[in-house]
Amino acid sequence: MTLLIQYTLIFASVLMLVALGGCFAERSGVINIGLEGIMVIGALGGALVLKFLPASVGAPVMVLATVVVSALFGLIFSLLLAVAAINFKADQTITGTAMNMLATAAATVAVKAMNTAASGGNDVSSDIAYTHTKDLLLVRIGGFEFNWFMVVAVLCLIAAYVALYKTRFGLRLRACGEHPQAADSVGINVYKMRYAGVLISGLLGGLGGIVYITAGVSVWKFENGVAGFGFLALAVMIFGAWHPLKIALAALLFGFCRALGNVYSGFGFLLAMNIPSVVYNMLPYIISLIVLAFTSKKSRAPKAEGIPYDKGSR
Amino acid sequence: MNKKHESLLRRDSVQTLLASLVCVLGGLIVGYLVLLIIEPSGAFEAIVAVMKSFLRYPGALKMKYFGQVLVRTAPLLMCALSVLFAYKVGMFNIGAAGQYCAGACAALYAALAWHLPWYVCLILGMAAGALLGMLAGLLRTLFNVNVVISGIMLNWITLYLTNLVLGTVKSPSSPFTKSLQSTNPGALMPSLGLGKLFNNEKSVTIAIPLAVIMAIVVWVVLNKTKFGYELKATGSNYNAARYCGMKENRNIILTMVIAGALAGLGAGLLYLTGIEDWETTISSVPGMGFNGIAVAFLGGLSPIGSILSAFFIQYITTGGGNVDLQVYCSQISSLISALIIYLCAFVAFFKFFIQTRLRKADERKAAKAAQIQEGGEEK
Repeated sequence: MTLLIQYTLIFASVLMLVALGGCFAERSGVINIGLEGIMVIGALGGALVLKFLPASVGAPVMVLATVVVSALFGLIFSLLLAVAAINFKADQTITGTAMNMLATAAATVAVKAMNTAASGGNDVSSDIAYTHTKDLLLVRIGGFEFNWFMVVAVLCLIAAYVALYKTRFGLRLRACGEHPQAADSVGINVYKMRYAGVLISGLLGGLGGIVYITAGVSVWKFENGVAGFGFLALAVMIFGAWHPLKIALAALLFGFCRALGNVYSGFGFLLAMNIPSVVYNMLPYIISLIVLAFTSKKSRAPKAEGIPYDKGSR
Repeated sequence: MNKKHESLLRRDSVQTLLASLVCVLGGLIVGYLVLLIIEPSGAFEAIVAVMKSFLRYPGALKMKYFGQVLVRTAPLLMCALSVLFAYKVGMFNIGAAGQYCAGACAALYAALAWHLPWYVCLILGMAAGALLGMLAGLLRTLFNVNVVISGIMLNWITLYLTNLVLGTVKSPSSPFTKSLQSTNPGALMPSLGLGKLFNNEKSVTIAIPLAVIMAIVVWVVLNKTKFGYELKATGSNYNAARYCGMKENRNIILTMVIAGALAGLGAGLLYLTGIEDWETTISSVPGMGFNGIAVAFLGGLSPIGSILSAFFIQYITTGGGNVDLQVYCSQISSLISALIIYLCAFVAFFKFFIQTRLRKADERKAAKAAQIQEGGEEK
């Protein structure tokens, strides 16, 4: 049971972080399908820190360094979307799809090159192991394993809510997603706001990536990307109606479904039902599809999302 | 001479071709830079190996590998057709990957569990893809779920489902499905002597011409029929199409059914040649559908252009295996194709750039002409 709660919380943290990222991008008017790729690159950055920073630096430094580097990696990678979608008015869906493919390919090439060079050609895998440093991320209270990243996720949630709804910046950002022409007419720089939205999504997406790959395992095979979690986060965002607090609740629900897949064998009655494990893997996607079917009729999507803003067509 | 050159540049298809070439060049250059970063000494050799692909093999072997590239080009082309067909009707069929999975699932299950002949398997694969496409279309029309989102979700659901179903017909000793050759040779597509052209490569079958024919059919349907016109009209303006009395919801569902069928057929065209078996433990959606997106956009969203770009992407992908695996890795070609799609997103901008330049040149010329005329009047 504790294991189920533990996994639910950690997966919910991942989904919440990434979905909040998506929320910022879409609220500014840019669809970010590339979250999956951003997660991969963020995970790569974090994993490198965990691999190369010695465990002796202590938990606070380790957590901080991992968070900063993975967020930075995500942020830099999201520039690809920002430049294409905002400056060049490219199709955001194609750009995002390309970013997903690019991230997995680039991470695989990078990690393989690193492993190959380090082992003189003997190790050509795309794995990064961080067994010795992973423990620093955890805090054990009783039989319960807390992860520092959960705290980070909650802080990000609060920050996201405040930024979007209690600051001038948030109001302006949302205006650019609803009606950029109107926003521009009162002197808001739409391009700047959209840059901010996309870069924040990169930051949070990258952070989500490292949280995901350190959940439960201590070796990650980068060839596999992040197994669709970025896409699941998009569903969480839509289900959460582009609102941080609702996103948090949606993330908990989806995190729970996903956690069931990991730990169902620990429950006698679930095991007795003899459901193949792939069904648990499918569950979050099926639920999100059903939920979307019931909630999309009156969509709360930002009105101008996906439409490149052209100053000339005001 | 100059005039002819200019008028050529003004043609949309030439501009598209030029843009695609720039994308390819950009992808290759960045790929080369990455190789340089990894290990400068062999980088040039490696990028040449990627670009030479099967051509670097001698005589008979060259034809054999050429055949294999073509075999894999066929499904890629089908996925590209699926993507571009939906795109012309205003939908981004990212679900092609899932529809491809569904096609593989139905075709292989029918072949291995029910021992059906190849044409039935092919049709079942098509039907499975179509069914999935229909689901996405229905979700869009009935519940207003964006096809991109539903497509992504269906991709993963289908992947797990396919692994589950094909797990029942897998060979006992490996994670792969049983081979068609030994279980049900009747499910292998006939070669009709085509294999002889490629040094008796067994996997070369009628799948290849079939894919090309489908590309032509898609072109005809989209450009030469009333049905295609209605679909495109629905895509460019949903409300206007409805106002003109077109059945807009029916059109959307039909489009997704056709797109799904194309992708499903693609899977059949690959797996029923016996060139590879389905691995029932894969944990990510096969790249074929996503590469189809690359191919469709690189081909300028034209069915005929897609034939060329499908061959090119497959050519490069095969070339990726040529690099010295002690130093580099074969994923360099996935990196290159991903870069190419990323650059394809800029095609619209690139064409806009050419057009602006042309217009400016025109204006300059007109101004000059006016000046000369003015000068003439003064005299």
